[in-house]
Amino acid sequence: MKTYILLLALFVSDQFGVVKAEDKVPIADEIVKKANHMSLYQGSDSKGKITMTITDKQGRVRKREFNMLRKDMDDNDHDQKYYAYFLTPADVRKMVFMVHKHTELEKEDDRWLYMPSLDLVKRIASGDKRTSFVGSDFLYEDISGRNINEDTHELTKTTDEYYVLKNVPKKPNTVEFEYYIAYIDKKTFLPMKMEYYKKGARLYRVIKSSKIKLIEAKENDQKVSYPTVVESVARDLESGSTTVMNYSNVQYNIGIENDIFTERYLRRPPRKVMR
Amino acid sequence: MKCCKVLTILSILIIQQSLWAEEDSLFEQFAPLEIHGFYELRGGYRIRKDSYEKDMSIMENRFQLEAFAYNDWADFKYKGDVWGDWVTEQADYDTREAWLFTRPTDFMDVKIGRQILTWGTGELVFLNDLFPKDWQSFFIGRDAEYLKAPSDAAKFSFFTDIVNIDVVYTPQFDSDRYITGEYISYWNSTKQRLAGRDAIIHADKPNRWFRDDEVAVRIYKNVNNYELALYGYKGFWKNPGGETASGISIFPDLNVYGASIRGQLGKGIGNAEAAYYQSKDDENGSNPLVNNSEMRYLLGYSQEIGKDFTAGLQYYIEQMLDYDAYKKSLTSGPAKDQYRHVITLQLTKLLMNQNLELVLSSYYSPSDKDAYLRPNIKYKYTDNLTLEAGANIFFGDYENTFFGQLQNNTNIYTAIRYSF
Repeated sequence: MKTYILLLALFVSDQFGVVKAEDKVPIADEIVKKANHMSLYQGSDSKGKITMTITDKQGRVRKREFNMLRKDMDDNDHDQKYYAYFLTPADVRKMVFMVHKHTELEKEDDRWLYMPSLDLVKRIASGDKRTSFVGSDFLYEDISGRNINEDTHELTKTTDEYYVLKNVPKKPNTVEFEYYIAYIDKKTFLPMKMEYYKKGARLYRVIKSSKIKLIEAKENDQKVSYPTVVESVARDLESGSTTVMNYSNVQYNIGIENDIFTERYLRRPPRKVMR
Repeated sequence: MKCCKVLTILSILIIQQSLWAEEDSLFEQFAPLEIHGFYELRGGYRIRKDSYEKDMSIMENRFQLEAFAYNDWADFKYKGDVWGDWVTEQADYDTREAWLFTRPTDFMDVKIGRQILTWGTGELVFLNDLFPKDWQSFFIGRDAEYLKAPSDAAKFSFFTDIVNIDVVYTPQFDSDRYITGEYISYWNSTKQRLAGRDAIIHADKPNRWFRDDEVAVRIYKNVNNYELALYGYKGFWKNPGGETASGISIFPDLNVYGASIRGQLGKGIGNAEAAYYQSKDDENGSNPLVNNSEMRYLLGYSQEIGKDFTAGLQYYIEQMLDYDAYKKSLTSGPAKDQYRHVITLQLTKLLMNQNLELVLSSYYSPSDKDAYLRPNIKYKYTDNLTLEAGANIFFGDYENTFFGQLQNNTNIYTAIRYSF
């Protein structure tokens, strides 16, 4: 009975969405663009420490810690460069993972890994972005952002707090989900919750933004504050595993040079990323 | 001894700097001292009878300590291993790293001291990387980290808009940690049979400071994320590449010139590398006791072929130059082929939230008719505790080929490591 109602509700909302989408397609796309900007492109660069606490079904806890630098290549929310310097666990300490992210569809990201014990700069074949990032419940794509052009977006509901969007992949065979629902905060445009569904409207994965902080920064010599997700939780309902991601020491617009994202700094990390 | 010298120089530099900065105490200046390391037990056995070696292929408990600190002008690192070795029945110590790093100007980096050095595009195949390797450690199943042996060197890096240049100067020749017969049996060309602990190689290694030195240069540039590089090396064959008339192994002079490219190719990463090995002490190939000059070529491609599953395939060729002169001058033993072809395949699969890692590295030579398989399984029981098991499996039709001579060293091993 319950499933029936749920299906019916979904059917109705779907129909509703489609009707709405027909007149207001730009609105859904506009919201997604803004949300994409807010979660990945605030300021022209940023720096912070990410701590992931992974707890599996049996309650075993693993921890991943890394400092991350990010720099935008233009002001249009396109290509970015990322630099992650690992602090824990012991077997990956001081390793560096560098990504030159390309938003052009069909263009693969460039990825490098530096292994200090071998002084080895390894080029990593870019692959399935929907695989776990460092063994956590966050996927590679959750960290560097899913390309907004990979899905069609549909505004299904507007509540007091959220724009609720349904996102359907254009190439369903490249992903493990059928669609996902994003709850975008109406004021900040930050994604507050993402629910991933498999076939048969089976919810199997949830990411929640559990703490937002206003981070002060300077933009063109003016004081600004960027609302930033400083704690988020990813739950894999199939495996029973949960990852809490904390983002601390966050700074924006610190003037990270483009050089940082080259082999020179891959082999010898800059001071600002080690501290 | 050499490491003592480096350490002394390092400590003098450190003390000097700290005296200049009078306002800070020595401790305050290096306040963020990071201490890490691991303790490991590792044991392995031969699974074939080897009349020249012990049954145990590896048996050791090892402690590694790493200290890192930095001040306003430099980074400092020390990493050293102590281990009890039941194969050699002695306690050992090795300084893996002891260096200082500084950026004196915007366009220059300097790293001085004992350090691990790597460049080139090959995966477990080295053409233009003439820095010391330790294949012995690799073949008996030590961690892959030990494949690279340290150099006592100074590395100067220059960065310009046109190209970047690395210059590595090693004042006293650092050879590979080659197979001596102590841990691993090998083909002894003088005896024309396999040998091991009964015929430990004592080589005559060039060891005069600042005269028996090595220079390695790399000029590189990144063009749209295609990494281009030119290489040059002046030094010695890293393994005994010759012997005297009385049968003592020596390290003849060697110059190497090469180039490489690496970048995105289709869905994966492609790489190509070539190197010309100029054997300076036997330029026309007429001396049968010294290696001939060689050309070496490598083509490689790696791609993700499934979820957390990567495959890398490489084709590698060693071509002996002046082959006719070699054949003519050969007085005893079977002749080597002019071409040695090697295909390598590397498979890596991650499972159980990437806590279980399965790796198969394999080498196969259709010309030598030999092969080397290196399966390895690693499980991260916790963030600190890792369990590992693996094998080094050698096949070959002949006793004198690169991997064929190692057949009796086929071994399995297991390890447990606690890191902190």
